[in-house]
Amino acid sequence: MQIKVENNKAWFLVLPVFIIVAFSAIIPLMTVVNYSVQDIFDPYTRYFVGTEWFEQVMQDSRLHEALIRQFIFSFTILIIEVPLGICVALMMPTKGRGASLALILVAIPLLIPWNVVGTIWQIFGRADIGLFGAFMTNIGIDYNYSSNPIDAWLTVVLMDVWHWTPLIALLCYSGLRSIPEVYYQAARIDQASRWAVFRYIQLPKLANVLVIGMLLRFMDSFMIYTEPFVLTGGGPGTATTFLSQSLVQQAIGQFDIGPAAAFSLVYFLIILLVCWVFYTTIMNMQKDK
Amino acid sequence: MTHSTSPMTHNKSGSKEQAPVHSRAERKARNATLRGRFGLTLYLILLLLPIYWLVNMSFKTNTEILSGLSFFPADFTLDNYAKIFSDSTWYMGYVNSILYVTMNMVISLLVALPAAYAFSRYKFIGDKHMFFWLLSNRMAPPAVFLLPFFQLYSSVGLFDTHIAVALAHCIFTVPLAVWILEGFMSGVPREIDETAYIDGYSFPKFFVRIFIPLIRSGIGVTAFFCFMFSWVELLLARTLTSVDAKPIAAIMTRTVSASGMDWGLLAAAGVLTILPGMLVVYFVRNHVAKGFALGRV
Amino acid sequence: MAWMSWTLPTALFFTGIAVILVGMTAWQIISPCVERRGFLPLATTRGDRLFIGLLSSAFIHLAFVALTDVNIAVATVLCVLWMIILMRWG
Repeated sequence: MQIKVENNKAWFLVLPVFIIVAFSAIIPLMTVVNYSVQDIFDPYTRYFVGTEWFEQVMQDSRLHEALIRQFIFSFTILIIEVPLGICVALMMPTKGRGASLALILVAIPLLIPWNVVGTIWQIFGRADIGLFGAFMTNIGIDYNYSSNPIDAWLTVVLMDVWHWTPLIALLCYSGLRSIPEVYYQAARIDQASRWAVFRYIQLPKLANVLVIGMLLRFMDSFMIYTEPFVLTGGGPGTATTFLSQSLVQQAIGQFDIGPAAAFSLVYFLIILLVCWVFYTTIMNMQKDK
Repeated sequence: MTHSTSPMTHNKSGSKEQAPVHSRAERKARNATLRGRFGLTLYLILLLLPIYWLVNMSFKTNTEILSGLSFFPADFTLDNYAKIFSDSTWYMGYVNSILYVTMNMVISLLVALPAAYAFSRYKFIGDKHMFFWLLSNRMAPPAVFLLPFFQLYSSVGLFDTHIAVALAHCIFTVPLAVWILEGFMSGVPREIDETAYIDGYSFPKFFVRIFIPLIRSGIGVTAFFCFMFSWVELLLARTLTSVDAKPIAAIMTRTVSASGMDWGLLAAAGVLTILPGMLVVYFVRNHVAKGFALGRV
Repeated sequence: MAWMSWTLPTALFFTGIAVILVGMTAWQIISPCVERRGFLPLATTRGDRLFIGLLSSAFIHLAFVALTDVNIAVATVLCVLWMIILMRWG
């Protein structure tokens, strides 16, 4: 940590960022707030309805279900992706050609457009033309992600694990590489077991990146839209309809602007709360160091 | 497989000299390394299998795809690719995507560089809150802003232009860029700044001539992440465009649903969207680990 | 600006927020604030407490709307009291 100089002129350096983000963030946010208290038919026919939409949204069972589903989904993928990511990071070579190659290969899923990720799994999971679907059918499981909710969940979770474990893996890998060689030498002299090395040398060093990795994964999975939309369309029924998707359905599909706006705000507040809790944790962790 | 080691490989060169003393330990370590390699290979195979399947399918004809499974195309064809490269509605999708992603990268870097410098060097009123506000935008779901975005960009006459998508994507790439760059800049000792000012450099001159070259790798990594997040996003890009700036991702969904399921074409289009990403990650492969090390993605 | 569909209450709300932000900045310039520890489990500055207060107020309002039929003004009064407590002793 370097000592920073107090200088309010620094605001001028931040100003461009502020303007460009404010344009795309504050104006839309204000508009959403405006929408959320009105019944809008067109820009000239609108009525002030107060908190009616909020009442409707807060008591809407579809949204409660989507929210519960969302939490289950986010926690499931965190439980799978974090340990798996750590394992992959531990196995990655640290030097030479192999290291670069492994790095590039592991990073590939992160660079695929999200709808293509959906498409890949849509194809891969089909029993007639996809390897995974055919494999499941051949080992005697009646697998069909478009009609069976459990299969749909399995596929969506699998897709997310496939898609995002690399992020955790790369974060941990970089964290591991920042551990000085001396630590390992000391451990070898002490004849420390593999587990002890992991528990007392590697894990503490990983704590920082892991918290950030979990924050990112939680947030990104909390706003997941494109991949399940392409893969299952939220179905069968509403089995894989998560928050973003029910929001888009309401806003674009049914054009219920008012309720959709109220929903957006509730959604945004939840995000803001979780984000703040994580951010405060991370900042306090760095302060303690 | 789980706790098998690779960090032990750090010691390979070091332990060779001490081989007589640690030969047992070394053998153990080597076994663990082998287990690690095996596990990693297995993971990579599983990782690449869906992609391989997509590539495989893109070289098949539709009749072959629907007639059964095979690991190699029996009737190898480039028709699917030919179709994409000969039809302007298809290949313009790629051009559009690359255009707005590039614009976004340039805008993000231009505005984020000075801001990141301010955050890494100075204390000013509301700095922490500003930083948090920026990050909260990185976390905000695009779906929340969908409706007003459409109207906002229509009202300023930018609807269906590349710059509209580039600006909209700034909402998450700019905070990201500031966050990553701030990490890199904090690693540069501020004595360098002070020496330069004493030597009579003005701030802009110092920034461009001295400071930017110092954090070159940081800029590369930042550009990579801006590219990555802008390239993969679809929801905003689709909402803000209709014809002239339609991204490839949106064209894929539309054309496919219109003409029934043309699996081969879909697969070929998918493969072509993966290539730019691989190209970019290849260029920054040596710096990316450091970018991730800051944990700022 | 027509597409933004402004209404008087929301306009007042945002003006209020803007006034608070300007006020906080002015206050900070006149008498800079030091981080301190109140009844909250972490050290906070004035601005942090304001943010915590506003965010929790939003959730209090939501809870009122969702769980009770009481007039929303009651929630607002409660929140103002909560904000005062938080800013003073938080």
